[in-house]
Amino acid sequence: MKYVVSFGRFWWDFVVGDDWRAAVGVVLAIGATAALAAGGVAVWWTMPLAVALVLYMTLRRATAP
Amino acid sequence: MLAGGMSAVFLVLSAFLASAVEMVEALTIVLASGLARGWRSSLVGVAAAVVALAAIVAALGPALTVIPLDTLRLVVGAFLLVFGLQWLRKAILRAAGLKAIHDEEEAFARELAAARAAGQEQHAGIDAYGFTLSFKGVLLEGLEVAFIVITFGSTQGSIPLAAVGAAAALVLVAGVGVAVRAPLARVPENTLKFAVGVMLTTFGIFWSTEGAGGSWPGSDAALFGVLAFVIALSALFVAVLRRRKRERFVTADVRA
Repeated sequence: MKYVVSFGRFWWDFVVGDDWRAAVGVVLAIGATAALAAGGVAVWWTMPLAVALVLYMTLRRATAP
Repeated sequence: MLAGGMSAVFLVLSAFLASAVEMVEALTIVLASGLARGWRSSLVGVAAAVVALAAIVAALGPALTVIPLDTLRLVVGAFLLVFGLQWLRKAILRAAGLKAIHDEEEAFARELAAARAAGQEQHAGIDAYGFTLSFKGVLLEGLEVAFIVITFGSTQGSIPLAAVGAAAALVLVAGVGVAVRAPLARVPENTLKFAVGVMLTTFGIFWSTEGAGGSWPGSDAALFGVLAFVIALSALFVAVLRRRKRERFVTADVRA
């Protein structure tokens, strides 16, 4: 059990790291992109915009006094 | 055709850079282990980790090729984006002077001191600490390389091409490591990490958009537009954070 937990923790730290909110932001952005694409909207701009916003928020949190 | 060829170059280069960064870190651990605990135990640890990695890649690589490409791009794109943004965030903070720069010599000194201080425990002539240190170092850094090679390669439809990039990094880092027998402190590791963060984020944006059902104007050539966007965005954040850091110091001086 201990090994399963530490294996899971390794992958969590490896992929998500210390700001899980950024991961949630990415998942929400992909969901919104898929919904817009299904509605026939050209979506090439949504993920770059979402990345700019997520990066801004995660950097702001990291540098907050 | 040109865009396809260029994205193949981009794929090899990305796998090479990402693998080189991880291998430099693995080399530091193996060197510390070898010098402090003896080369035999450390090299057996390296060999065991390589076998374990080969088994993981052999199991995961073919499994990924049976997943439909759009689903694969969506999942891999999301993973790369989450993973890449983590790298990029740290790289931007380092470049802005708000996070300590990774120092390979310091990491080496720390590992060496810990390895020398650890007690002796032998199993079949193998030093348990030296073996475990090398095994864990190579396995954990190698898993990151395997993750990048498998995800990049399968999504671009060419795991062998991504493996070429990783193999070139292995030959270069291991060759230089054997030649100098010292941590590769002169490798511009922080710059490489910035480049890898930019590339992971670029691929993540590109594939997650395609996987979500979108298409790029100009098809594969748009990858370079995304790359330019991520570089410009990162440079903007570095400039803003540097300026903010200077202003904080000025404000602190005025208050003092």
